[in-house]
Amino acid sequence: MPRELGNLGPQSFLVIWGLMTALPLVWVFVSGFKSDAEILNEPWGLPAQLRLDNFGRAWTHGHIGQYFLNSAIVLSVSLTLTMLLGATAAYALARYQFPGNRLIYFTFVGGMMFPVFLALVPLFFVVKQSGLLNTLPGLMIVYTAYSLPFTVFFLSAFFRTLPTAVAEAAMIDGCGPFAMFFRVMLPMARPGLISVGIFNLLGQWNQYLLPVVLVTKEDNYVLAQGLAALAVNEGYRGDYSRLFAGLSLAIIPVLVVYAVFQRQVQSGLTAGQMK
Amino acid sequence: MRHGKYPLLAAFLLPALGVYATFVISPYAQAFFIAMTDWQGLSSNFNMVGFDNFTYLLKNSYLWNALWHNILLMLLLPVLTIALGLFLASMLNVGNGTGRVRGVRGSSFYKIIFFAPQVLSVAIIGVLWKEIYNPRSGLLNGGLRAIGLDGLAKTWLGDPDFAFWAVLAVMVWANAGFYVVLFGAAMQAIPRDIYEAAALDGTGRWATLWRITLPLVWDSVQVAWVYLAILALDGFALVQVMTRGGPNFSTDVVGQRMYDVAFGEFKFGQGSAIGVIMFFLTLSVTVVALRLTRRERIEFS
Repeated sequence: MPRELGNLGPQSFLVIWGLMTALPLVWVFVSGFKSDAEILNEPWGLPAQLRLDNFGRAWTHGHIGQYFLNSAIVLSVSLTLTMLLGATAAYALARYQFPGNRLIYFTFVGGMMFPVFLALVPLFFVVKQSGLLNTLPGLMIVYTAYSLPFTVFFLSAFFRTLPTAVAEAAMIDGCGPFAMFFRVMLPMARPGLISVGIFNLLGQWNQYLLPVVLVTKEDNYVLAQGLAALAVNEGYRGDYSRLFAGLSLAIIPVLVVYAVFQRQVQSGLTAGQMK
Repeated sequence: MRHGKYPLLAAFLLPALGVYATFVISPYAQAFFIAMTDWQGLSSNFNMVGFDNFTYLLKNSYLWNALWHNILLMLLLPVLTIALGLFLASMLNVGNGTGRVRGVRGSSFYKIIFFAPQVLSVAIIGVLWKEIYNPRSGLLNGGLRAIGLDGLAKTWLGDPDFAFWAVLAVMVWANAGFYVVLFGAAMQAIPRDIYEAAALDGTGRWATLWRITLPLVWDSVQVAWVYLAILALDGFALVQVMTRGGPNFSTDVVGQRMYDVAFGEFKFGQGSAIGVIMFFLTLSVTVVALRLTRRERIEFS
């Protein structure tokens, strides 16, 4: 008996923090079904009826659909590009000796020391002069560029640990250097690629500063930016149900993906922490 | 690797280097130059003004106000987040100091919940909490009124006395779960028999956490400290979404100041100078952190 009582302590703290984390998310989702009056007057109340049309209005009139699509397009291209450029550069730096190797490596890795704020003003004009201001490709390439330092750092350490015996065997079998990379080394580096891929995906999804500075045209807003704008507008217009439905639409798919891949996500992010 | 390594090197390095040089290195280098000008961005006319931007900014009370908030965040965010993270992680993993040394039931379920804010975009967390703090329709005031504590209901983000603390609370909320998982992984690596021995000696829960667990996960704590301190130097996304630095600059941070000066007032020279100041702040935090965190690893045999 006393032992069971002793165990109530930790459980209750865990339950409290669990509720503090989950309740806001559940609240947003439930409020997404409410009418404006219900949202304004009964924050803790349940909706009298499930107003599914809130979600439709958020998706179309609130442009959440558009923002969602923008985010999906930007992230799929920028992540692919990050992994491709990062893995190739990391591999070249990790497995080949050549003059300037260390210099290039430290140029990449040194980028982790600099805050993005330092680059912001000139970056705005570099992107402007490339004709990429207010465009999705502009965001893709900038996301990629700022993800390279950590990606190169992490993956070159990973490629260095891969056994040379497999590479030698493949070379004896007549495997060329490019095939070696794509058919031997990349598959062997899969765990590292997954970790750094998840880390980059969440890092790029988390971006707010770069889109706010580089994309001021509403049609090209990414999801986070669009929601922030929606929140400001709804404050004036009083269409709260649309905002909560929009927030739910932005939160729930991410949580579902996270719930499915939570072990990979947790290990990918904690690996990034150890840099 | 005899047969011609240079084609591969060129194909593998040049694209990454090109993108990196154009969008990262060149802006970083230009920033130091632009910080020495009075450039307004609209024309190519500008004058070199030397360190005028910096001397102006050093006398600027708005920048000092914003910097003070970042320093407060740097002092408070790591302490609160790490304390909460360690506490919850030990509850999850260490057990109760009465001889049972395994974690509580359902610990992986708790971890999934705690970690969830980490996968939401910071700006979305900002929108979410802006609604929670809403004086009329928010979850917080609604809850306070429901249990009869109407007097405690505030206009959280609209009140200069509370807004900063409200933003800090969101930062702790968003980050604590991550450190529960990080510290949890470190605690899992501690051999169980240490806890069994402590339990036999009658060590209580708090003493176990303070004298056994904490020293053995100290490495992770140091990493967390550095990371959170650097996070505290930013804070832009949350502040921009929730308060834009207001009310009356009570939640202003250096990043928000820089954004307003450069992209609100189009004073690009001055904005860049704030960027340079932020760079040196980040650099000094990193250097101090590297000097303070001596690597004394404890090997479990």
